[in-house]
Amino acid sequence: MSDHVLQVSNLSVEFDTGGRRVKAVRDVSFHLDRGETLAILGESGSGKSVSASAVMNLIDCPPGHITSGAITYRGRDLLNMSEAERREINGRKIAMIFQDPLAHLNPVYPVGWQIAEAMRVHGMPADQANRRAVELMERVGINNPQKRAKAYPHQFSGGQRQRLMIAMALGYDPDVLIADEPTSALDVTVQAQILKLLQQLRDETGMGLLMITHDLGVVAEMADRVIVMNSGQVVEAGTTRDVFKSPKHPYTQKLIGAVPGQGGIRTGKIGEEAPILKVEKLNKHFGEYHVLRDVSFDLKAGETVAVVGESGSGKSTTARAILRLDDPDNGQVIYNGRDLLAMNEKEVFKLRRDIQMIFQDPTQSLNPRMPVYKIISEAWSIHRDILPKDRWRERVLELLDLVGLKPEHADRYPHQFSGGQRQRIAIARALAVEPRIIICDEAVSALDVSVQAQVIKLLDSLRTRLGVAYIFIAHDLPVVRDFADRVVVMKDGIIVESGDVEQIFERPAHPYTQALLAASLEPDPDARDAWRAAQATVQPSVQ
Amino acid sequence: MGSFVLKRSLYSIISLVGLLVLVFFLSRLTGDPAALYLPVDAPASVREAFREARGLNDPLIVQFGDFVWNLLHFDFGESLRRQRPAFDVVLEAFPWTLCLAAITMSLVLLGAVVLGSLAAMNVGKSFDRISSVISLAAASAPDFWVALMAIFLFAVALGWVPTSGTGTPWHWILPVAVLFIRPFGLILQVVRGSMITALSSAYVKTARAKGVRQRAITFVHALRNAMLPVITVAGDQAAGLLNGAVVVESVFGFPGIGKLMIDSILQRDFAVVLAAIMITSLAIFIMNLLIDLAYALLDPRIRY
Repeated sequence: MSDHVLQVSNLSVEFDTGGRRVKAVRDVSFHLDRGETLAILGESGSGKSVSASAVMNLIDCPPGHITSGAITYRGRDLLNMSEAERREINGRKIAMIFQDPLAHLNPVYPVGWQIAEAMRVHGMPADQANRRAVELMERVGINNPQKRAKAYPHQFSGGQRQRLMIAMALGYDPDVLIADEPTSALDVTVQAQILKLLQQLRDETGMGLLMITHDLGVVAEMADRVIVMNSGQVVEAGTTRDVFKSPKHPYTQKLIGAVPGQGGIRTGKIGEEAPILKVEKLNKHFGEYHVLRDVSFDLKAGETVAVVGESGSGKSTTARAILRLDDPDNGQVIYNGRDLLAMNEKEVFKLRRDIQMIFQDPTQSLNPRMPVYKIISEAWSIHRDILPKDRWRERVLELLDLVGLKPEHADRYPHQFSGGQRQRIAIARALAVEPRIIICDEAVSALDVSVQAQVIKLLDSLRTRLGVAYIFIAHDLPVVRDFADRVVVMKDGIIVESGDVEQIFERPAHPYTQALLAASLEPDPDARDAWRAAQATVQPSVQ
Repeated sequence: MGSFVLKRSLYSIISLVGLLVLVFFLSRLTGDPAALYLPVDAPASVREAFREARGLNDPLIVQFGDFVWNLLHFDFGESLRRQRPAFDVVLEAFPWTLCLAAITMSLVLLGAVVLGSLAAMNVGKSFDRISSVISLAAASAPDFWVALMAIFLFAVALGWVPTSGTGTPWHWILPVAVLFIRPFGLILQVVRGSMITALSSAYVKTARAKGVRQRAITFVHALRNAMLPVITVAGDQAAGLLNGAVVVESVFGFPGIGKLMIDSILQRDFAVVLAAIMITSLAIFIMNLLIDLAYALLDPRIRY
């Protein structure tokens, strides 16, 4: 038992939340050795992060309690050790990196100082630690490290910040590196680079890598072994290949079944009729920065056009321009034969009924002080001619039914729902004004895989039943492949390629589209080697 | 950094000029100075001589020009009641107020930061609860009442400290203590709140994962981030003290600018009032500049 570098046995963790005890982790066991990668796979609330936090002594007690179990590092019991001994191991023997590197780096200290601190606290003299920090920055791929060590976190890109976090963890060549969703906040091409870096470092230093993730693609790419967690328990454990190829537990089967990008591609129900929306030559500058350059595309009734791109590509700016939330410098958006960018306030007000938007984060886009009934019916008090007041209640219940919620949900508040349910509320709210076009801005990106699949299914059925057209803004290619009719690929404010889904996914013409597709991870361990070959031939876009 | 200071200073000068214009024209709006200064039964010839001597017959814009020109030479005119340059009178009082404010604010910041941090580290425990009650009481205490009670209790009944004046360090204890209370209560609350936010932030988690000691986490990682809102509120409070702690200075007979201003207003000694306003506003502008600089020093995101 003490043979393993890290051994977690029968760990249970509870949280006190307002008088209620929640069992976040129940009887979880796993182990990790040097040189291997173990993935803990689970959706939000599965207890995967809590398990890892327990190893690092990062659970706040109270409200958390470790109620039973043991965690040993090289046979030493971490849970029955003094704070000081624990600190000696943290950062030196077991290190951790996190999901959102901007939030996890202290904004007011230079990055070099922060990397060196990880060594200074374990007794390395300051000048030696500073030299090592610069070496580490160079190792993780930061250009000009001597100079950049004096810069602050906000002066780096997302991918660079995660590199800095990794550098911070490597100071003493730890035995174990815990990576909690290290690439979830990053663009696909950057994700591919970071995963590659982690793999190289694992091979160089021989450390054990514990990857915590919700992304089956990341597991398939990285892990030797995987444990699957659901509501605090380990439901399945095994080698990555076994778990992916012959999942035994129903939950794992459901999870793997829900992965987007496996279904058939939608093919041409859309006829040759005139488009309902034509975007023509949109241009916009933010100061010096040219965020949209001659962006043009069109949308037909009942059609779904996906706008795909990484952060900073201008895809959200395009959506905001169509909705008149942000006016472009020039260009036209023709709707019903009129340029909606030239409309006055009153006309735009009417237009709001026809074009609606669903945002990425339903937690932030729904007013927390309004019950669902009010959130949905508010549109009718603004656009008075839609529905007489005595029919509001009835219609709200219809809409809730349409998006798969129950009548009793009408009087609850947003915080009483899960993320997926909240997004359903947001969809019901958008549908209240009977729009012809719905713009989904990363509408399913924040959701767990299985919830994502359900919401996509809902959007799909609305398309069929109500004939709504979607502009589907996304960075997640497999979802786009499943859901869209046509794809517009954007990079740095320019449309680099557009075409039918089949054409874009099967025969991408532009190198950037090819790089995007190559960087997108398939949830299939067998495909791993195939992509690595592909990645080697494609020039990955510079971060 | 240099351009940041330059830009900030420029903004300050613009506001200062605005204030100058406002103060000058407002003081003219109060009526004919001759009518205010001279006795009611003064003959017309005396009034005319008074106006002529002070340039009050010139067009307003010329008067304003003279006013600005004199200001640039630190000439605010004569104090009517004291027969000395008003600027000298103000310059005598100002250091007292500055000193009082500086001592008070240093003690306030020291106390509030230490106690607020400790409270934030022990949220919900008895230390936190007690300090919350105390800070709430302190923040809502009316200072004229506290000042009078303090004199009654510590100076009259117990006789530990003098009632008023400035002769010895003992004379400073009561004014400082009374001025201390309100900013202390307020800033303690702010420190506690922003330290709680900072201590639960993601970068603190990173520091713990690195093996940093709790003390260093609190005072190196969290405190510097938590200081930004504290500085804003502290600046506000300090500005209040510089403006002359009017009530407290009057109650304790403290020869600062607050007392001087009240006295001068009551005596219609406008030259002194004007000089006092200009000096305190200059001081407040300088302090705001310092606060902006402190902000930039603490948070690199503002600097770049």
